[in-house]
Amino acid sequence: MSLLTHVEARPVRAWSFKKPSVIPGFGLAFGYAVTYLSLIVLIPLVALLLRPWELGWDGFWDTVTAPRVLAALKLSFGASLIGAAVNAVFGLIAAWVLVRYNFPGKKIVDALIDLPFALPTAVAGIALTSIYSPNGWVGQFFAQMGVKIAFTPLGVIVALTFIGLPFVVRTLQPVLEDLNTEVEEAAATLGATRWQIFARVIWPGILPTLLTGFALAFARAVGEYGSVIFIAGNLPMKSEIAPLLIIIKLEQYDYAGAAAVGVAMLGLSFILLLLVNLLQRWSAARAD
Amino acid sequence: MRVRIGLTFVALLYIALLLVLPLVTVFVEAFRGGPERYIESIFNSDTLSAIRLTLMGAAIAVPLNIVFGLAASWAIAKFEFRGKSFFLTLIDLPFSISPVISGLVYVLIFGLQGWLGPWLQEHDIQIIFALPGLVLATIFVTFPFVARELIPLMQEQGTLEEEAAVTLGASGFQTFFRVTLPNIKWGLLYGVLLCNARAMGEFGAVSVVSGHIRGLTNTMPLHVEILYNEYNFVASFAVASLLAGLALLTLVVKTALQWRFGGQIAAVQGH
Repeated sequence: MSLLTHVEARPVRAWSFKKPSVIPGFGLAFGYAVTYLSLIVLIPLVALLLRPWELGWDGFWDTVTAPRVLAALKLSFGASLIGAAVNAVFGLIAAWVLVRYNFPGKKIVDALIDLPFALPTAVAGIALTSIYSPNGWVGQFFAQMGVKIAFTPLGVIVALTFIGLPFVVRTLQPVLEDLNTEVEEAAATLGATRWQIFARVIWPGILPTLLTGFALAFARAVGEYGSVIFIAGNLPMKSEIAPLLIIIKLEQYDYAGAAAVGVAMLGLSFILLLLVNLLQRWSAARAD
Repeated sequence: MRVRIGLTFVALLYIALLLVLPLVTVFVEAFRGGPERYIESIFNSDTLSAIRLTLMGAAIAVPLNIVFGLAASWAIAKFEFRGKSFFLTLIDLPFSISPVISGLVYVLIFGLQGWLGPWLQEHDIQIIFALPGLVLATIFVTFPFVARELIPLMQEQGTLEEEAAVTLGASGFQTFFRVTLPNIKWGLLYGVLLCNARAMGEFGAVSVVSGHIRGLTNTMPLHVEILYNEYNFVASFAVASLLAGLALLTLVVKTALQWRFGGQIAAVQGH
C-alpha cells in the first residue's frame, strides 16, 4: 500500500524554517507567494526608498521641508486626523445604534456602512463636490452663512470623513456585540446613572478598539486621493493635498522629489500609527 | 427612551448626510439631462473604450490575485514557519500606502527616468502609460483582498481534513481541489468580489501610471475625472453611475453572502 511512501522522513535540524508537515505543496505555494510579493511589492518599495537619496540627505531634507510640501503634508495629515476624530465620535454612535437598537430598515443601513469601501473614490469625489459646492444641496445653506465647504480644507475634511466611516464602525461592531451587558446591569442595580455606566463600564472596554478604528480611518485618509482631489481647491499652500503634490512632481519629472514626499508621507504615517498603537496598548492594559 | 431615540436620530442623520446623499446625487446628476443624454454619454466611443479597459484590467489583475491569494493562504494556514507575521504584514502593506504612492513606485521603475526606463525605451516597450502599467498598479492595490479573506478562513478550518486526505494517498493538487477548495469557495467568492470592486474602481494608483489618453489609457474612473474636469457633468455622473451601480451590486452580493454563508466566510474586519 502506498499510504506513507510519498511522505519522506526529514532529518531533524537544530534550527528549522518550517515545522515538518505531511501536507505537500509548501514550497510551491510559499515560493510563488514570495516571488509575487517581491515583484509586485518589495522591489517597487525598495525603488521608492532608494530614489530620494539621489538628492543626498540635504537634498531630501530640503525637498521635504519646502513650504509647499510642508503645507501639503499639514493639510493631508491634519484633515485626516480631524476626519478620523469626527468618525470616532459619530462612528461610535452609529455602531452603538446598529448593535443595540432596532429600527425599520436597520439591515439596509448596516449594509450601507460599507459604501465608502465599495464605491470608487472618483465617484465619491465628484458626488461630494457636487453636494458641498456653493450651489450644491448642502453647500448652498452654508454659502448663505458665508462658509465655503468645497474647494477649501473644510471640504477635504468632509471627504476624508466619508472615506473613514466604515473603518470605525466595522471595527467597533464586533466588540460592542461582545460586550457583557451583565456588568452594565450590575452597575445599574448598584445605582449608577446611565452616564456613569457609559463612562466607567463601557468606555474603558471599547477605548482600545475605538483607537484602532481611529488609526485605520486615519491611515486610509492620509493617502486618499480620488475622493479628495475634486473637492479640494488644489491651491498650493492652501488646499493642496500631499498625494497631489507627488503627482505634480512626477509630471515635472522630478522623480526624486516625488519619491521624497512619498517617503516622508510613509514615515510620518508610520510614526503616528506607532503612537496610536502604543496608546491603544496602554488603554487596553488599563481596561484590565 | 429619549436617549435611544436621540442617538438613533443622530446616527441616521449622520449616515444619511454622509453616505446616502452622495449616492443619491450620483444618480440624480446622471439623469439631469434626461434619459437620452444618459444613453448618449454611456454609448460614445471614449466611454466604451474606458469600460473595455477597466474590464480588461480587472480580468487580468483579479485572476492573478486569486492565484496569489490561494498560494499565500495555503502556505500560511496549513503550515507553521518562521516569519509568518512579517509575511502577513507584507500582505497588508497596500492598505497602509496611498494609492498615489502605489502608482509612484511603478513609475520609479518603469518610467522614463526610472530604473528600467532607458532600457524600455530602447526596446520600444511601453509599460507606464499603457495597459501593463495599469494592470501592475491595479494588482498592487488589490492583491491583499483575496488573501486576507482566505487566510483567517483557512486558519479556522485547520489542517485535519487535508492531512486525512494525504494519508489516504491524495497528491497535493488533489487535496487542494477536492478537499480545500470546496471548503473555502464562499470565502473565495467574497474575496474575489471585493478584489474586483476595488480593481474596477481604482483611481489614484491608475491615475499616476496612465497617460490619461482618452480612448487609449483611460479606465472608467479616469474617464469620470476627465469628463468632470471639462465641466461635462452629466456625462461624468453618467459614467459614475455605472460604477456606483457596480458598487451597489457588490454591496448586495456581499451582504447576501455574509447572510447565508457567514460561518464560512470568517470574521470580516474592515477593508
